[in-house]
Amino acid sequence: MRGSRRLRFARGWRIARVLLSTQYAYMLEYRAEIALWALSGVLPLIMLGVWSGSEAAGGLGLSPERLSRYFLSAFVVRQFTIVWLVHVFEEDALQGRLSPYLLQPLHPLWRYLASHLSEQATRLPFVVLIMAIFFLFQPAAFWLPTPGGFLLAVVAIHLAFLLRFLLQTVITMLCFWTERAAALERLLLIPYLFLSGLVAPLEAFPEGVRAFALLTPFPAMLSFPAQLLAGEPVDLAGGLITIGVWAALLLPLALWLWQAGLRRYSAMGA
Amino acid sequence: MPIISARGLSKTYRVADKQPGIGGTLRHFFARRSRDVQAVSEVSFTIEPGEIVGFLGPNGAGKTTTLKMLTGLIHPSAGEVEVAGCAPFRRQAGFLRQITLVMGQKQQLIWDLPPLDSLRVNAAVYGIDDAEAKRRIDELAGMLDLGEELTRPVRKLSLGQRMKAELLAALLHRPAILFLDEPTLGLDVNAQARVREFLADYNRRHGATVLLTSHYMADITALCRRVLLIHQGKLFYDGSLDGLTERLAPHREVRFELRDPPPAAAFASYGAFESQDGQQLRLLVPRSELTATVSRLLADFDVLDLEVSDPPIEEIIGRLFRQGAVS
Repeated sequence: MRGSRRLRFARGWRIARVLLSTQYAYMLEYRAEIALWALSGVLPLIMLGVWSGSEAAGGLGLSPERLSRYFLSAFVVRQFTIVWLVHVFEEDALQGRLSPYLLQPLHPLWRYLASHLSEQATRLPFVVLIMAIFFLFQPAAFWLPTPGGFLLAVVAIHLAFLLRFLLQTVITMLCFWTERAAALERLLLIPYLFLSGLVAPLEAFPEGVRAFALLTPFPAMLSFPAQLLAGEPVDLAGGLITIGVWAALLLPLALWLWQAGLRRYSAMGA
Repeated sequence: MPIISARGLSKTYRVADKQPGIGGTLRHFFARRSRDVQAVSEVSFTIEPGEIVGFLGPNGAGKTTTLKMLTGLIHPSAGEVEVAGCAPFRRQAGFLRQITLVMGQKQQLIWDLPPLDSLRVNAAVYGIDDAEAKRRIDELAGMLDLGEELTRPVRKLSLGQRMKAELLAALLHRPAILFLDEPTLGLDVNAQARVREFLADYNRRHGATVLLTSHYMADITALCRRVLLIHQGKLFYDGSLDGLTERLAPHREVRFELRDPPPAAAFASYGAFESQDGQQLRLLVPRSELTATVSRLLADFDVLDLEVSDPPIEEIIGRLFRQGAVS
């Protein structure tokens, strides 16, 4: 029993290793495009510019350094939590590229997950470069998180990514019912923008709106890991519980939609 | 015991029904209409282990839909299907390890990387250790005449090289059942012949069962002793290729060369006059009258050369579908 579990683990580890290294090689072929994508994710830095020019930040007790660190952390979190599953899956389903994946004894979602993680690895040097340039112009904002804080932030960023991936998986599964599920995903962009803490720190929200935002999964996808990275005081248990609860809701829903969707799959274009 | 068994297999698709033009677009937007299309209707057959079976039919006949149901890609609307003792649509790992589907116009290889990278992924997914994967890759690459192509990005390969690499990727896990949908589509004559030789060799070495669709009759005649003929979703022939010719072509073709050919009308009593190219003539003669007709031709004319053959199978099937003789 233990032997077979060890074998399963060894097989899973080998698949993960090979998938990640292959996808990394694939992503390196698109490094120029990924650099542009990294650059296009500078919305938090633009928001920093907006907030820096306003007196509202001071009113909230946010010093320019704290504001800079928060938005730079938000930029980093966003870079490593970007999910584009719905777009590739929709295309793969329409073009028939999903069919070969379905005929192999590996759930196709593992391949897409490996693609995302590999893309993040490819993105890393560009993110470091953008941060270096930022600190060159804003040396006062430079900070080094504590090792423990940094480790927690890295874990929180990965959890935030997995939560976003799970949420988008649910939307993606609608590809089996509508050929344009990506349009539905765009609807989620608005609550994500406003409730995640991307355009403004959650402290800036009126109390009622803030309480409502914290009931949604969006702050856990950005504000929570960004605050951890910036060294801001944060409700660690609350953040982790939020991620756990939403994951517990979304995972069975995604799996159920997958099974139901496969029954409708018509292997278009293949 | 059959390795593939289909009983009353049917598939109905619901498709949108939209008229062209702006009026049709607006009507479609406000009152969407759809209709059911019966792609496959009550198809039944069995295939024994090790058989190579050709699956014939015109475009839209239901061949690919049937293959998709046999591989578990789509659920049948009705009927029962069993492949290697499993219900394909359950997609159990044990079942998926025993099958492969190769589609001539689709690819599983990663476009921007060399085939070896995709092969590494497949080896890991199917749990084939590195040494064994290398041994199998070497064996299959040898059979397919693939070498340094395996380390070149897929996008830089020719269509024939790519198809051979696709076959290698699809067979690395040594499946017992091969579903091949137009595996030689778009290949030149040499590449087609190479793929055919490979498939025959693979079948001999591993005793694999093969169900093959192809528009190239040369694929079918070279590989398949048995064929299934499907038209408008219905199976209307299941038997030997020779039997199909016998049943569908009651005539034999007589080609002969005359020293001094008379006008075509002179052959009216010998058979159906097909064509004349200089001294070369072509007649279709009922099988039952063949011996007598050939004897008369030899006696009545100055014959330089004479050859009797079956009309090409693609001509028989093409004529059959054009005439709507299938029912």
